[in-house]
Amino acid sequence: MMLLNASGCLDALAAPDVARTLDAFVTKTITPLPRGGNLPVRIAETEAGMLNSIGLANPGRERFLAEHLPRLRALGVPLWVSVGGFAATEYAETCAALGDAGGVTAVELNLSCPNVDDGPDGAAEIVAACRSATRLPLYAKLSPSAWDVAAAARAVEAAGADGLSLVNTLRGLSLDERTLRPRLAAGTGGYSGPALKPVALAAVWACRRATRLPIVGMGGVGSGLDALELLAAGASAVALGTVLFADPDAPDRIRAELRQEAVARGFEEPLQARDTAHETPPALSSAEATVQQKVLQSRIKLTA
Amino acid sequence: MRRELRSVAGLEQVGPYTLLRLAAGGLDPGVPGQFFMLEAPGRLLPRPLSLCLAMAGELGFLIDPVGPGTRALCGLGTGDRIHVLGPLGNGFRLDVERPLLVGGGIGIAPFPYLSRCLAARRGAVPPALLGFRSAWHAEAAALVPKAEACLEPTYVTELLPPGHHDVLACGPEPMLRAVAEIAPEAQLAWEAPMACGYGACYGCAVELGGELRRLCVDGPVLGDAARRGATRLEAAA
Repeated sequence: MMLLNASGCLDALAAPDVARTLDAFVTKTITPLPRGGNLPVRIAETEAGMLNSIGLANPGRERFLAEHLPRLRALGVPLWVSVGGFAATEYAETCAALGDAGGVTAVELNLSCPNVDDGPDGAAEIVAACRSATRLPLYAKLSPSAWDVAAAARAVEAAGADGLSLVNTLRGLSLDERTLRPRLAAGTGGYSGPALKPVALAAVWACRRATRLPIVGMGGVGSGLDALELLAAGASAVALGTVLFADPDAPDRIRAELRQEAVARGFEEPLQARDTAHETPPALSSAEATVQQKVLQSRIKLTA
Repeated sequence: MRRELRSVAGLEQVGPYTLLRLAAGGLDPGVPGQFFMLEAPGRLLPRPLSLCLAMAGELGFLIDPVGPGTRALCGLGTGDRIHVLGPLGNGFRLDVERPLLVGGGIGIAPFPYLSRCLAARRGAVPPALLGFRSAWHAEAAALVPKAEACLEPTYVTELLPPGHHDVLACGPEPMLRAVAEIAPEAQLAWEAPMACGYGACYGCAVELGGELRRLCVDGPVLGDAARRGATRLEAAA
């Protein structure tokens, strides 16, 4: 079972030893032009999670390709690049450039950042544009606040996505208890942490029934049992987000806990627990098996 | 990068603040001005705290209980164990000729350790100017050797002596801005909310050289870029 980080929750260049404990490292979202991000204050802890309004801070596509990508490749960790933009063509251009650059295992299309004002084109349109621009595996990261996330999943599947990343953060607001003004400079932010887990489980569960795409489950994972639940809901890989902030050792700890929790329930290994939450397990399609094989092969190639 | 589980050796009240002493174990105290992420019991995120004192086998942290995390830390009991990560970030440069410590409120937290390190290096205890809100808060001045304390409405910047000094400052943002005006080369220790302390969350960004950069990996002590940081803070206010 693959364990990744959620995009934006780890900098592999600042903490390479943490990145090396993951099966793949997912970058912060890269946009065509550099973005400084939102003004501080950018984070606020709440009772059951945290809010962030980083605002897609990133060096921009050209600098990422020239300066960051070579250093990330040198880490020897399979690399997923999170791609963002404000139009389908922007996403597609970055995908094409990543394919040309080499050393990238997969692309995650950030179709759901809650911290930017300009909404992107429709998710399916973006996926279709990227599909014609690259042969790299494309994972569509969807928002759990979509009216019908399963419908969005079906749409991106039809447009050529190879997998789903579920879920991004939810938009939230926290007020200073004394002034009753927003604690974040941007007002609202993306809500993550333990409170997001039931939301993530629901989205994974629904999309697993609606599509045949492999799912990277994320949202509120803090323990091995949380990860096992996402597998049971239908995920085939799990990503860690907020927990990495408090505990950089979380990947090793959660991997060990996950194994124990699976064995304690009679599974020989964690992936056997996949789909347990579904009364009638969804079938594994040949397309899905092909994609998993493709990702695995590129991992082996990269680490060799 | 590994957190370590450390037990509480004791807690003392210092005016409104609490000095939390942890058994150091194998933890390196680091350079003065560096910080540690301390697990705050019952809270999702740890809290960044600069090292106040490195005593025999212990690390001391001065804490102002202003929010749920710092209150949880001040509520620990002797023998309780918490996860600690650090030392992190960049501390003060100690290769200075005429050091002068300038601090305000809980910003004096790194000064006891800083003062001792400078004294060990130079053979003389550096002078310190400390400002506080009240006499109760000023009880913390006793932790800093050779300290002169003032109370509001007098500000430490009014006490800065003439002539060149190598200012090492830590305190509230308006104080740091005022110090940067008077001593542009001052080393300033800034503060920002942090989720991780090791470059992962991008929550602690400040503007440096026209870019927003992370205080945890590029600071928290900033040298000649401090005035750009001050501009950022005004913009965000």
